[in-house]
Amino acid sequence: MKTRITACGNWFLERFPLTKLWNDHMAHYYAPKNFNFWYFFGSLALLVLVNQFITGILLTMNYKPDAKLAFDSVEYIMRDVNWGWLIRYMHSTGASAFFIVIYLHMFRGLIYGSYKQPRELIWIFGMLLFLALMAEAFMGYLLPWGQMSYWGAQVIISLFSAIPFIGDDLSLWIRGDYVVSDATLNRFFAFHVIAVPLVLVMLVFLHIVALHEVGSNNPDGIEIKKIKNKDGIPLDGIPFHPYYTVKDIFGVGVFLIFFATVIFYMPEVGGFFLEADNFIPADPLKTPEHIAPLWYFTPYYAILRAVPDKFAGVIAMFGSIAVLFILPWLDRSPVKSIRYRGAIFKRALFLFVISFFALGYLGTQPATPSATMVARFFTLIYFGFFLLMPIYTRWEKPKPVPKRLTQLSTLDDFIPTLKATLDEVTVKDDHGYTLFGSTEFRRKPNPQGIRNVLIRLAKNLKASLD
Amino acid sequence: MKTLSLSILLLAFSLGVAAEENIELQQANFDPENRGSIVQGAKSFVKYCLGCHSIKHIRYQRIAQDFGIDEMKVLTEVAPQGATIYEQMHTAMNAHDSEKWFGIQPPDLSLVARSRSADWLYTYLKSFYTDRTKPLGTNNLLFKDVGMPNVFWQLQGEQKASYIEDDGQQVIEKLVVDVPGTLSEEQFDTLINDLVNFLVYVGEPVKMERERLGKYILFFLLMFLVIAYLLKKEYWKDVH
Repeated sequence: MKTRITACGNWFLERFPLTKLWNDHMAHYYAPKNFNFWYFFGSLALLVLVNQFITGILLTMNYKPDAKLAFDSVEYIMRDVNWGWLIRYMHSTGASAFFIVIYLHMFRGLIYGSYKQPRELIWIFGMLLFLALMAEAFMGYLLPWGQMSYWGAQVIISLFSAIPFIGDDLSLWIRGDYVVSDATLNRFFAFHVIAVPLVLVMLVFLHIVALHEVGSNNPDGIEIKKIKNKDGIPLDGIPFHPYYTVKDIFGVGVFLIFFATVIFYMPEVGGFFLEADNFIPADPLKTPEHIAPLWYFTPYYAILRAVPDKFAGVIAMFGSIAVLFILPWLDRSPVKSIRYRGAIFKRALFLFVISFFALGYLGTQPATPSATMVARFFTLIYFGFFLLMPIYTRWEKPKPVPKRLTQLSTLDDFIPTLKATLDEVTVKDDHGYTLFGSTEFRRKPNPQGIRNVLIRLAKNLKASLD
Repeated sequence: MKTLSLSILLLAFSLGVAAEENIELQQANFDPENRGSIVQGAKSFVKYCLGCHSIKHIRYQRIAQDFGIDEMKVLTEVAPQGATIYEQMHTAMNAHDSEKWFGIQPPDLSLVARSRSADWLYTYLKSFYTDRTKPLGTNNLLFKDVGMPNVFWQLQGEQKASYIEDDGQQVIEKLVVDVPGTLSEEQFDTLINDLVNFLVYVGEPVKMERERLGKYILFFLLMFLVIAYLLKKEYWKDVH
């Protein structure tokens, strides 16, 4: 029997390069050995993609893409389908988790210069993935056919009508009707469940093939392929499998704990993951007082509203994404990683992060005149970060870059520091409650200690910007 | 109680948008784990609300299952006469009539607790006052010119608005009891809280189930994390 299975296996392997594929991309793919926290999000994005595929397929088995039935079919899934609520919450939470993971993944690229030569193409494929993901999320959000689904789609599609000459016809063509209607729902369903997912899968494939051609960047921004041993293996590289597969499994564990906490205890996340107005069936005759997109689109929505002219606003909104595509050519610094870059870039990045969060917040709020002024200010910073980059990165004075990778501190190294911090922010309290009956846990917060730790954090942050 | 306050906090967070009138919401006070309160709310709903409002996303059988009540008992004590156990909680009133009578079809309330919040419902149900200018003789402080009459007027009594002068305009300061009802304030409060509790349950019947399961899932994931960490450490001990 055993020889038969081996024979079958050999028959297959003689006709298909499975061993070669496995070695090229897993067992003999050498990745830098100092990947830190930021390097978990690539594999997590893949995990969330798979989650969205599986839960999505299960949802389509009971969902009805019909304006009359859609809303009720979602509630049917939530109540009458066995485990339907879990599948639906996994899908809705997965959508937001996808954006969190992708934003962190992109930020990693930003701080370690992973978009720079020779990885420009990986960045471009990644940006196309991001675009496809936004299209996927936007069209998926129409499907529950709630008030926010409906009016959100109405607002965004009507943006296309701001384009001169072809605008009205274009938005009519997208909707398939004069307003968002059953026709729109049906085509969005088709795009959401098959067209865009196919594009996503193809782009993920291209993204990874391009990555494995040039090799991964690392927190030091050094090319590990420059120093190889006599067998041609990078000295600072380790095989992706098993080292990073086991490490990523740990990352998956941490991620799933957050993911499950949201699914089981707070699936709405205060209206950020599931909006309250979306529990009201779509009503084309009743516009909600305040239309806000889901949180992951709010920065761009704030940029759209910040610009006084509608068409210019649309250009600014798409421009805020488009500018990311040319990032590899905007950055003129010879150094990749933020660890060795000059103070100017660090400060610019700091301002950019603040503006991104501020715009994200403003996008959820009604557009009052003062809020619009603030949004304009942050829009300028957002674009300033990118468009002034060719100038300020040339001024910047990078620090010397080492030849070999620096050591990665492991979780174990942090434990003494964590314990010391805990000792500092708490004092022993003999009257407090006991946990597991141990006096070690009898503690109460120490205001002075907390203040000291916060001051130290602020000082560290300031120092890291120099 | 902790999860309740958390969910109320979260709901309050997501609200603001929904409230037509900017008045401060009163806090509903109920225990979502109190089955008696929810079942009592279900009975009150059938008695006072189901005449006009459906809650079509829940079946009588679900109520029997979730609260461990005998199906026959649900049919005799909760459901209106003639309903079957598999039936969803539909109203007997048809859309055509209701539009003629109220100008609008009374909305289905299956998800009202999720779109409005418990506090909103509680405040809304207690904010009716006598207003002779309205066709049905009542108005609502939270939902101005609402088409719904005060169905609790006999129980709660009649409230009237007390006005104060603000910038030369008459503004309602508060509602005061004009004609006392058959229930004491405390009894009426319990009635409303039970109703809101029931509507919160109907909004997401699976909530209790998911919170119960969550503990086991998180425990499993923590164990998984420990093993994953040890595995990673074992593999990585030769990397320097």
